[in-house]
Amino acid sequence: MSSAVNTPALQLVDLHKSFGVTPIIRGVTLEVPLHERHAIIGPNGAGKSTLFHLVSGRFPLTSGQVRLKGEDITGMPPYLISRRGLSRSFQVTNIFPRLNVYENIRCSVLWSLGYRYSFWHLVERLRDARERAELILDQIHLADRRDVQAGLLSYAEQRALEIGITIASGADVIMLDEPTAGMSRSETEHAVALIRRVSEGKTLVVVEHDMSVVFDLADRISVLVYGEVIATDTPERIRANPAVQEAYLGTVAEPEHDHA
Amino acid sequence: MSPIARYAPWIGAAVVLIALPHVFSSGASITMMSLMGFAIIFALSYNMLLGQTGMLSFGHAVYYGLGGFITAHALNIIGAGKLPVPLPILPLVGGLAGLSFAILFGWVSTKRAGTVFAMISLGVGELVAACSLILRGFFGGEGGISTSRTATLQLFGVSFGPQVQVYYLIAAWCLACAAAMFAFTRTPMGRMCNAVRDNPERAEYVGYSTQMVRYIAFCISGLFAGVAGGLAAIHYEIVTASVVGAGPSGFVLLMTYIGGVAFFIGPIIGAVLMTALQISLSDYTGAWQLYVGLMFILVVIYAPGGLAGLLLMHRPLVRTGTLTRLLPSYALAAVPALTLFAGAVLLIETSHHLLVKASEGPNMHALWISYDATSPAAWAGIVALLAIGFLAFRRTWPIVSNAWNEAAIEARRRLGQ
Amino acid sequence: MLELVVFSTLNGLLYGMLLFLLASGLTLIFSMMGVLNFAHASFYMLGAYFGFQISRYVGYWPGLVLAPLLVGSIGALIERFGLRAVHRHGHVAELLFTFGLAFIIEEVVQMVWGKIPVDYRIPDLLNFSAFTLFETTFPAFRMFMLLMSAATFLGLLLLLTRTRVGLIIQAALAHPNMVGMLGHNVPLVFMLVFGVGCGLAALAGVIAGPALVTQPAMAASLGPILFVVVVVGGLGSLSGAFVASLLIGLIQTFAVALNISLADVMAPLGVSLTRESFAGDLWMATVAQVAPIIPYLLLVLVLIFRPHGLMGNRDT
Repeated sequence: MSSAVNTPALQLVDLHKSFGVTPIIRGVTLEVPLHERHAIIGPNGAGKSTLFHLVSGRFPLTSGQVRLKGEDITGMPPYLISRRGLSRSFQVTNIFPRLNVYENIRCSVLWSLGYRYSFWHLVERLRDARERAELILDQIHLADRRDVQAGLLSYAEQRALEIGITIASGADVIMLDEPTAGMSRSETEHAVALIRRVSEGKTLVVVEHDMSVVFDLADRISVLVYGEVIATDTPERIRANPAVQEAYLGTVAEPEHDHA
Repeated sequence: MSPIARYAPWIGAAVVLIALPHVFSSGASITMMSLMGFAIIFALSYNMLLGQTGMLSFGHAVYYGLGGFITAHALNIIGAGKLPVPLPILPLVGGLAGLSFAILFGWVSTKRAGTVFAMISLGVGELVAACSLILRGFFGGEGGISTSRTATLQLFGVSFGPQVQVYYLIAAWCLACAAAMFAFTRTPMGRMCNAVRDNPERAEYVGYSTQMVRYIAFCISGLFAGVAGGLAAIHYEIVTASVVGAGPSGFVLLMTYIGGVAFFIGPIIGAVLMTALQISLSDYTGAWQLYVGLMFILVVIYAPGGLAGLLLMHRPLVRTGTLTRLLPSYALAAVPALTLFAGAVLLIETSHHLLVKASEGPNMHALWISYDATSPAAWAGIVALLAIGFLAFRRTWPIVSNAWNEAAIEARRRLGQ
Repeated sequence: MLELVVFSTLNGLLYGMLLFLLASGLTLIFSMMGVLNFAHASFYMLGAYFGFQISRYVGYWPGLVLAPLLVGSIGALIERFGLRAVHRHGHVAELLFTFGLAFIIEEVVQMVWGKIPVDYRIPDLLNFSAFTLFETTFPAFRMFMLLMSAATFLGLLLLLTRTRVGLIIQAALAHPNMVGMLGHNVPLVFMLVFGVGCGLAALAGVIAGPALVTQPAMAASLGPILFVVVVVGGLGSLSGAFVASLLIGLIQTFAVALNISLADVMAPLGVSLTRESFAGDLWMATVAQVAPIIPYLLLVLVLIFRPHGLMGNRDT
C-alpha cells in the first residue's frame, strides 16, 4: 500500500458488468482522490446505479477491481465494505420503516462504535451511541421527529433520514445515489447544504440528475454514457466538452435550464 | 423512564405469580397455570424469531423437545447416581441442550431467509422427528423417556412432588426467562434483529451480516425453547417423540400469532389463552382444534397484529379518554357479531355431532340448548342465524369503522400530534 | 438383483412423477403469485377423499374428472375470498394463511371421514397385474398411475408452450409485474392458476388414493417432502422441481429396498457392532429405516453446497 496521503479514496479499475449477455458496465476506470467531491452524471440507463451497486458490493463484478483506500474490496459482501469505511445511500429510500427515526440512526452507529453483536449491553445505557445518534439527528434536522416511525415520515424527511443513516457510521467515503430525486427547489437547496456539511473532510461520490446541484457541489465530474466514462474533469471543462454536450447536456449548455 | 416505572410491571408480575395459586387453588387450576408457565417461555422464544427478526419457523419444537429429552436423561442420570444436583437447576440443562442443537442446525438453517427458511425449518423438524424412530435409545421409542423429578437433591425440604411446588419452579423460571428475553430486545443485538426484520438489505449496509444476526437470534431462541422443554419434562415426568414434531411446532406458531407478534406481551397473551382453550375447550367440544384453526385464519386476515395488537391499539384512546365514544358502536356491532358466532358454533357442533357422534343418536346439546341434530327446524335456525348475523354485521361494521376513525382523530388531536 | 433394480426404478419413477405432479402445481402458484401454498398437500388429500366419495356412488372413473374440478373450484374460491384478502399483508401472511388452511382442511377431513383410513379401491378394470418379473408382480394400476402422471406432465408442457394462455403464464413466471401492466386481468389469472394448481394436486390424489393409503395424515406426511423437493430443485424452477422429484423418488424407493445397516457393512471387516455398542442405534439402523429422512438429508446437503437449489435463480 502506498502512503496514506497519495492513496486515492476510491479506485475503480476497468470494471465490467454484464447481466447475462447484456453488458451494462463496459470498462469503467476512475480514481477519486481523498477528500474530493466527485459527481457522476449521465443519461438514464447509463449504468450509474449499477456502478454504485458494484462498488458497494450489491452485485458481483464480471471483471475488474475496486480499491478502497488502497485495499482491494472486489467481491466483498456489503457489510465488510461498510466496516472498512464506505457507506452509501439509495435512490429508492431504504430505511427501517417500523423503527422510529432515532432508532434508525442508532442502528447505523452501533457497529462503528464497536458493539457488534453484543447482547450484554443495554442500548439505552450506551452514552456514546446516544450522543452520536443525537448529533446526526441534529445535522439532518430531524431531532424533533425522533420518535416518529420512519415509515410515516414525509418523502423529503425520509430522504434526509436516508442520508443520516449513510453518514452515521462515520464512514470516510460516502456515496449518495440521487439524493435529491423527487425534491422541490427549496428541499433540494436544504439537501445540498446538508450534503456539503456532512461531507466536510470526507470523500464524496454522488450520482445526480439535477445539474445545478452537480455544478454547485462537485470538485470533479465524471460522465457515464452506456456503461463507459466518456469524460472526467472539472465542472467548467465538462460543461464545455463537446462530447459531453452531444451525449448528455445538449448543444447549448446552460446549467440553469438543465433540471432533471 | 423512571426506575419505578421500568421495574413496576415485573414486580407486579412477580406478585401476581406468587398469589395465583392462592386465588385459584384447585389441582386442575394449578396444573393449567403450570402449563401456561412454560408455554409462555416457548412462545416468547418463538417470537424472538418471528416477531423480532422476521423469521417464520415451522420447526421450533425441535429445540423445545430436544431440551426436554436431554433434561429427562439428565434427571435419570442424577437419580441413578444419586448426584447432588437440585431440581431448580435442571431447566438450565434443557436450555444448554436447546442452545447446542440450535448452534448445530442453525448455520445451515439460516443460510436462506423468508419462505425458504420456513421450508428448511420444516425439513429439519421432520428430520429430527423421523430420527426418533431410528435412535431408540435417546428417544425411548414409542414409550418415550420417563423420569422422576423427586430423585434430585432436595433442599429446604422441598421435594417438588406436589404440583404447587412445580408451579412455583415454573413460575420463577418463566419470570426470569421473560425478563431476560425482554432485556435482549433492549440490547444492540436485539435492535439489529428488528433492523434485519425491517430491511435486511440496509442492515448489511450499516455493517451487519444478516446471516450472523439471524444465526445468533436463532441460537438464543433455541436456548429459551430448550428451557421451556426442560420445564415440560419436569412437569410431565415423561417425554415422547411427538414433542419434537409438527404438532407442537404448529401450536406454538398459532399461539404466538394469535397473541400478537408485534408486541412483547403478545406471545404471553397467546400462550395463556391457547393453553386455557386447549384444556377447557376440549371438554366441551370435540372440534376444538377446528375452532383454533378458524381463529387463527381470522387473525391472519383481519387482525394481523393479533390480540395484543387489537387491545393495544386502544391505548391512545384510553389515555385521552376517547374510548367511551366507541363503546356504543361496539355494543351495536356486538349483537350481529354474536349472532354470527352462535350460528357458526352451532353449525360446527351439529355437523360434528352428526358426523362423529352419530352412534349417540340425533339428540344433542350445544350452547345451552338441547335439540335434534337431524331436524330441519334446527338446520333452518342455524342458517337463519348465520345469514342474519352476517348481513347485520356488514351493516353495522361501517358504523364501528367511522366511530373508530373519529375517536382516533380526536385522540391524536388531544395528544398534540 | 435385477428384479430389485427394475422394480425399484419403476416404483421410484412413479413416486417421483407423483411428487412432480404436486410440485409443478406448487411451483406454478409460487412463481406467479409469490405465495408458497402450504395447503397444497391438503388439496391432494381432498382430491383423494372426493374421489373416494364419488367412487362410492358412481365408481372410480368419473372421480378422475370430477374430483379435480371440484377441488380446483374450491381452490379458486379460496383464492378469491381468502388469499386475496391477505395479499396486502405480505408473503409471510399468505404463507400463514395457507398454513391455517392446511390445519382446517385436516380437521374437517377428520370430522367428515373419520381418522382411520378409508377403503378407496382400485377400479376393477385395472385390478390385475401388468407383468411379472422373477416372481414379483407389477400391478396394472401402478402402470396407469405412471401413464397418467406422464400424460398430465405432457399436457402441462403443451399447454405452457403451445397455447396463448400458456405463453402468458410463462411470461408471468418470469416477470409477474409486467404481465399485469400489459393489461391482462391479473386477479382472474391468479384465481385460475391457483384453481388449476389445486386441481392438479387433487388429480394426484385421485391417482394415488387407491394405491397409497387414503387417510387424514396423508397431507402431513407428503407435505414436508413436497417442500423439500421445491427447495432442493430451486424455488420457482419447474425443471428443478422435475429433477428433484425424480431424484428423491428414486433415492427413497431404492433406499427402502435395502435392508443393510452399517453394522452389516462393517461385519465382514471384522468389526462387531451391536445395539449395545456406543451409539448402537446408529450402527443397527438399516438403510430402509433411514429412508424417511433421506429427503431431509438431501435438503441439508443442497443447502450447504448450493443454497439456491439445484436450478434455482429466483430470490424469495
